[in-house]
Amino acid sequence: MSLKVVEYPAVWIAGAACSGCSVSLLNAINPSIQNVLIDPVLPGKHVSLRFHATVMAGQGEPVLKVLKDTASQKPGKYILMVEGAVPTAENGLYCTLGEIDGKEVTMKDMMAELAVDAFAVMAMGTCSSYGGIPSGAPNPTGAVSVMEFFKNEGISTPLINIPGCPPHPDWMVGTIAHVLLNGLPLADDLDEKLRPRTFFNNLIHDNCPRRAYFDAGQFARHTSEPGCLYEIGCKGPYSYADCPSRHWNNGVNWCIGSGAQCIGCVEPDFPDKFAPMFKKLDENTLERFKIKTR
Amino acid sequence: MSTKITIDPITRIEGHMKIEATVEDRVVKDAQCSGTLFRGFEIILRGRDPRDAQRITQRVCGVCPAVHGTAATLNLDSAFGIADKVPDNGRILRNLVLGANYIQSHILHFYHLTALDYVDIAAVADYSGKDAELNSLKDFIARGELAPFIPRYEGDYRFDKETNQELTKHYLTALEMRRLAHEMLTLFGGKMPHNAAIVPGGVTEHPSVDKITGFLWRLNKLRYFIDNTYIPDVIAVAEIYPDYFSIGSGSGNFLSYGVFDLDGKSGDYTTRERLIPQGVAQGLSALKKLDTDSITESIKHSWYEGEDAIHPSKEDTKPNVRKKEGYSWIRSPRYEGKVHEVGPLARWVVSYLCGHKKVKEALESCMRVLNIEIKDLNSVLGRHAARALETKLVADSMADWILELKPGEPVCAAYEIPEESEGMGIIDAPRGALGHWIKIKDKKIEKYQLVVPTTWNGSPKDEKNQPGPMEQAFIGTEVKNPENPYELVRIARSFDPCIACSVHTVNIKGKRLGRVRVV
Repeated sequence: MSLKVVEYPAVWIAGAACSGCSVSLLNAINPSIQNVLIDPVLPGKHVSLRFHATVMAGQGEPVLKVLKDTASQKPGKYILMVEGAVPTAENGLYCTLGEIDGKEVTMKDMMAELAVDAFAVMAMGTCSSYGGIPSGAPNPTGAVSVMEFFKNEGISTPLINIPGCPPHPDWMVGTIAHVLLNGLPLADDLDEKLRPRTFFNNLIHDNCPRRAYFDAGQFARHTSEPGCLYEIGCKGPYSYADCPSRHWNNGVNWCIGSGAQCIGCVEPDFPDKFAPMFKKLDENTLERFKIKTR
Repeated sequence: MSTKITIDPITRIEGHMKIEATVEDRVVKDAQCSGTLFRGFEIILRGRDPRDAQRITQRVCGVCPAVHGTAATLNLDSAFGIADKVPDNGRILRNLVLGANYIQSHILHFYHLTALDYVDIAAVADYSGKDAELNSLKDFIARGELAPFIPRYEGDYRFDKETNQELTKHYLTALEMRRLAHEMLTLFGGKMPHNAAIVPGGVTEHPSVDKITGFLWRLNKLRYFIDNTYIPDVIAVAEIYPDYFSIGSGSGNFLSYGVFDLDGKSGDYTTRERLIPQGVAQGLSALKKLDTDSITESIKHSWYEGEDAIHPSKEDTKPNVRKKEGYSWIRSPRYEGKVHEVGPLARWVVSYLCGHKKVKEALESCMRVLNIEIKDLNSVLGRHAARALETKLVADSMADWILELKPGEPVCAAYEIPEESEGMGIIDAPRGALGHWIKIKDKKIEKYQLVVPTTWNGSPKDEKNQPGPMEQAFIGTEVKNPENPYELVRIARSFDPCIACSVHTVNIKGKRLGRVRVV
């Protein structure tokens, strides 16, 4: 314990979210969430999570001030983690995070304030990465991703997208560890959608244990049947993530493993691009990926 | 002189919530609770394939996706005309997926959302034992950056140092236990949060012997924790904070849709046999049969225009954020026009009055140990006690259900999506009564309506100016220190509010800020 521990301040804020990304983070195993909160995640490096509304002890105005103080006292030093989309319609009034001096603080305003001076921003989950379900048609609250919010507001803080509805805990913890170990990702570390290639480089379809059924033209007609799920709407041929090899919740299963179609939850434009979720992908989509159908 | 206490945000709940209490002579005279996020799920669902509702409504809430998935499939089963055709394997697997998330949700609620109101983690600074986790927490405290455990309300931590240390250890162990419950669920559910396996007609996953055994042994670990740690810890809190049996009493009326189908052959969800029965208790003696036609939603103090106090399936209200009397986006569901609390306490009162043998035995034994009467259960601690006892009942029942699975037999019924139809799916979520309603036209969703637990519990005043259950629980409370109003947050958290679920999803035009509840 003689090693000096450097504190890396971090804050986690949630906009148009369901808390599913937070709950998924609780499912981390090695390191566990206990390790992430309390211990140095890597030797000599501890993430000091100063704000997370679902976890933190305090409430009310004092905790909102923690957010403001982090921005003013640690400029350029803190990591901003964002769960959920940013509602922008009606000047952001669809989501407020709390009150300071009797005035409501919107998610939109808090995002702008915190993002500008952050060391890096991690968009946790598909809503913050690409808009997700809150931005689904007709997008009643004008919900946007962090990426789009940055474009609108002219913010250029380094951004990493960790999509998934929810994201796998390894994707979140692994990306945090990457930043602690190596600093900001290099250009080649992220794909064009700003996802870490470590986790999102391969098409689910290419690594699917049911791929042989696809190649042999053996298709399931209903969920729960053996065979490739392509004919009943599997979005694996369009979705990039390492689910087929990583599996979920301590590796015990995953969507396709349980006999259900992939719904493409890691991709931009989820859920609209893949609606209806149980309808077969059109073959033009497959053409783009050079996948042949029988 | 009256003062106003505003707590915004209320943390350690699901979502975005605010409480305003008007206090005179340290006693709460009036209270308003509001949600502050609106997403518009019901609007987003319109025009989509009905089956997508199962996937999309799970994303209403990442803490209880399993029960939204279940309510949505019950809703679709009924709209597709297959409510009585789900095979037993499908029914049981749905119960196991839902039950695993009940255990997860209740453990999470007591330890990770509630315990920091009663347990002083700072006591670990003086820890001198050999437990690895507590020693690493001691190192953490010694380094001096105490977030996210400070800031906090100070002033009412009553346990001695050793007990605080022991309960802190349980806080950490419980993180592992709730994770294990999700892992157990995933064996049949595919992944969590947001499982893949619950679908109209049944489930997608097959019960195999290895999965059954793997499930059973994870469940055994959880049952040991529930019996030997969770329930004793709730009793320990109750013994040292006994005043909380007389703080936070709600409306005194309770409603349950019931949960865990034991019979799949009846298509009527209001009467089919469930582990926890359907029923309505107005007071602690009279029990009524559930009649969903008796549900109305008031919009008098919500930011909507339209016909007041009508059945949820008939609603077509329009938002008006400048409505003078409005102070919340949450509507006010009422049963026979009366205010009803939902959740574990409501389920246990209904079950008790039904003469449910296991519930009666567990409750009576709990009341003996704590030296309380049934009326004392209508309180902060009564809600925690009911939640803990229910966790045990569900976990013990699951150990029987898992052995009723028949590998090789069907898990799902076939169906066609009708051109036009209507459906209803009602079931109790960990936080209380959850209803989904659907109208299908041209094989697409024409209308989808949700009435969720925190809409009941967190509702504003209704057309008769009756405050909602949480508001009633705040009113009359003595706030000892207005700078640290820990009584109010303890009351709020005893309801386990879920704000992401509780706001309706109509399109809103206007400038009025805040005080929103959301879906």
